[in-house]
Amino acid sequence: MDDVAANLEPHIPGLRRYAWALMRDREAADDLVQDCLEHALAGWHMRRRDGNPKAWLFTILRNLYVSELRRRSRRGTRADVEEADSAEALHDSDPERRLIVRDCLAALDTLTEEQKSILLLVGVEDLSYADMAKALDIPIGTVMSRLSRARERFRQAIETGSAPQLRRVK
Amino acid sequence: MIADPPIGEDDLNAFVDGRLAPERHALVGRFLADNSSLGERVAADIAARNGLRESLQFKAAEPIPARLRIANLAVERRRAPRRWLQVAAAIVLVALGAIGGWFAHGRFGATSIAQGEAPIAAEALRAHRLYTVETVHPVEVAAAQEAHLVQWLSRRLNHPLKAPDLSAQGFHLMGGRLLPASSGAAAQLMYQDDGGARLTVYLRADGEGGTAFRFVKGQNASAFFWTEDGFGYAIAAQLDRPQLLTIAESVYQQSRSSVPTQRPPPT
Repeated sequence: MDDVAANLEPHIPGLRRYAWALMRDREAADDLVQDCLEHALAGWHMRRRDGNPKAWLFTILRNLYVSELRRRSRRGTRADVEEADSAEALHDSDPERRLIVRDCLAALDTLTEEQKSILLLVGVEDLSYADMAKALDIPIGTVMSRLSRARERFRQAIETGSAPQLRRVK
Repeated sequence: MIADPPIGEDDLNAFVDGRLAPERHALVGRFLADNSSLGERVAADIAARNGLRESLQFKAAEPIPARLRIANLAVERRRAPRRWLQVAAAIVLVALGAIGGWFAHGRFGATSIAQGEAPIAAEALRAHRLYTVETVHPVEVAAAQEAHLVQWLSRRLNHPLKAPDLSAQGFHLMGGRLLPASSGAAAQLMYQDDGGARLTVYLRADGEGGTAFRFVKGQNASAFFWTEDGFGYAIAAQLDRPQLLTIAESVYQQSRSSVPTQRPPPT
């Protein structure tokens, strides 16, 4: 069990970050991570030995999130992030940085789930393009073109938003 | 010499993500410098990527909540498929309680009891073992935010709590955390003395009305535990029985007094 913990625990901060970026609700995001870890513990001995646990964990979490979205849309609940509360992230004392955070999160909200996941998993969680292809079950060339499109949408959302500040971040 | 392959979408994405080999990175960099509109676009993508990373960094920097710790999840997993065993254990416990009551020598007639027969003691000792060795995150909420800590844990346990004052016994509150327990939620308060020895107070709802003080000796620590008005307490530390009993009595007295302990307000 210590071996499992040693393999899984280093990824928990990243899983919490990805889940929070998708859900914007502290408790709901941690519920999702807990669900993901429970699945991972149950399936630990069946995972592919050659795969890396990081990509495997993020794939489990995303699949759980996607099926949750489907369940919600079947029930007719709005599955988008209209009521997303990003207050938790707006803790920086520097007002300019708070604006950047607000604009980035607002821009993220304009993307589809798949675009969000690509941007977050590649750009924030540093998954390789090959792992991303496995996670989304699409060829690597498709990952690249969808990543370009997600970046374009994200960039435009920031530009049409009120975030000229972002250009000054280097 | 083979000419460099033309620069494509893959190169631009990998440039943004900083994943190109150094020579290729330099080549793409020169190409972007010569194509200012494309260069601007890529610079904006890099800024957006950095902005997103910075916006979310706070979340990854938070300590891992107790309920997401693999050790705690594994405990729950082992427990889950064996509910019938718990029921059986509960029946045994009731029977033992009846026998114990017959032989009890008053409230402090502590009898040694096996861990399997006392879930709260086993949970308290397990949590004690797991978290007292932590150097970086021994507690989830530190004593500096004691008012918040007590309020939060009281709410989650649905029971008004107080952090007992153990300064007379040389222990100072470090803070506390929320834990999963067989009965739902549990709270652990951690104390430390000047020599660095740690003591934990474990609290959770406990089905029974009230029980005597009982003592259990674990592998590395011992615990006194009891139930009062349906609420369970366990005090765990690496101390011998008389010392631990003094502390347990103090916690017991403080839990019964309705007057909050006199202590300077948290700073």
